Amino acid sequence: MQGLTSDHVVPLRVYFLVAIALFVLLALTIAVAHIDLGPFNIAAALAIAVVKMVLVVLFFMHVKYSSKLVALFAAGGVFWLAILFMFTLSDFLTR
Amino acid sequence: MPDHAMTAAVAHQFDDRDQQKEAGTLGMWLFLGTEILFFGGLFIAYCVYRIKFPAGFAAANEMMDVTLGGLNTGVLLLSSLTMALAVRSAQLGKRVSSFTLILVTMLFGLAFLGVKGIEYYHKFAEGLFPGEGFRFEGSLSRQAEVFFSLYFMMTGLHALHMIVGIGIMIVMAVMTWRGRFSPQYYSPVEIAGLYWHFVDIIWIFLFPLLYLIHVHT
Repeated sequence: MQGLTSDHVVPLRVYFLVAIALFVLLALTIAVAHIDLGPFNIAAALAIAVVKMVLVVLFFMHVKYSSKLVALFAAGGVFWLAILFMFTLSDFLTR
Repeated sequence: MPDHAMTAAVAHQFDDRDQQKEAGTLGMWLFLGTEILFFGGLFIAYCVYRIKFPAGFAAANEMMDVTLGGLNTGVLLLSSLTMALAVRSAQLGKRVSSFTLILVTMLFGLAFLGVKGIEYYHKFAEGLFPGEGFRFEGSLSRQAEVFFSLYFMMTGLHALHMIVGIGIMIVMAVMTWRGRFSPQYYSPVEIAGLYWHFVDIIWIFLFPLLYLIHVHT
């Protein structure tokens, strides 16, 4: 069905459902920010942002319908970012 | 000039159309990987300073307009939807529909920049642009200035990407209008879409980090 590329035509319904989910998550992130959760405010905000990112990457950017190589390249970007954060914070947080 | 026939052909270095298409997609993802690190430098700077100056960041955050920031987030999410739909129309060979959706995507992008401009105007008027004119009440002024330095750098770099994205959309709209794309060849629209969605994702992170640090009062 999907072959090497993302030639798979995604049904309209999927795009609209993803958009609705993104708006629900936007409302949720604003709502959660108005409740004092201490350190969990930032955790919740980032968790919601990550879910939104995954939805955009998988559906709008077609990674779900693309080859494993494309998924690997996409994950690679996040992997290098994780190295940037891990090495910097392992220094900064242990001073 | 048989433009369409030329662009639809497989370039000689590729075995077939699928390989050519995948090479283009991988190239864009590789570029986006460098973009993640480009923005990543600012994100880690933000992270370190927020840990260092939690009180200053919280105080500075009270100057942010959550309504305008939220509105802009909505505008960008809608633009991502219309972009995805534009690519779908291109896949199906619906030229006019694809052209219209690219224009709508562009208009959402311009609306975003307009709202951003209003916000920048307010920040300048309130003396919140870092530098000699920076004015912030209380003892946390220096820390707040760091927050606003990061705010202007991060949103400024993002806005620059939006402007580039709108430029790309103009090119895509013209190419689409001229009938350069078909269900066999629409990679430029799809790859331009990858860039557009990436810029949207950056904002998905910027919004909670810059606007929602300390709104519960």
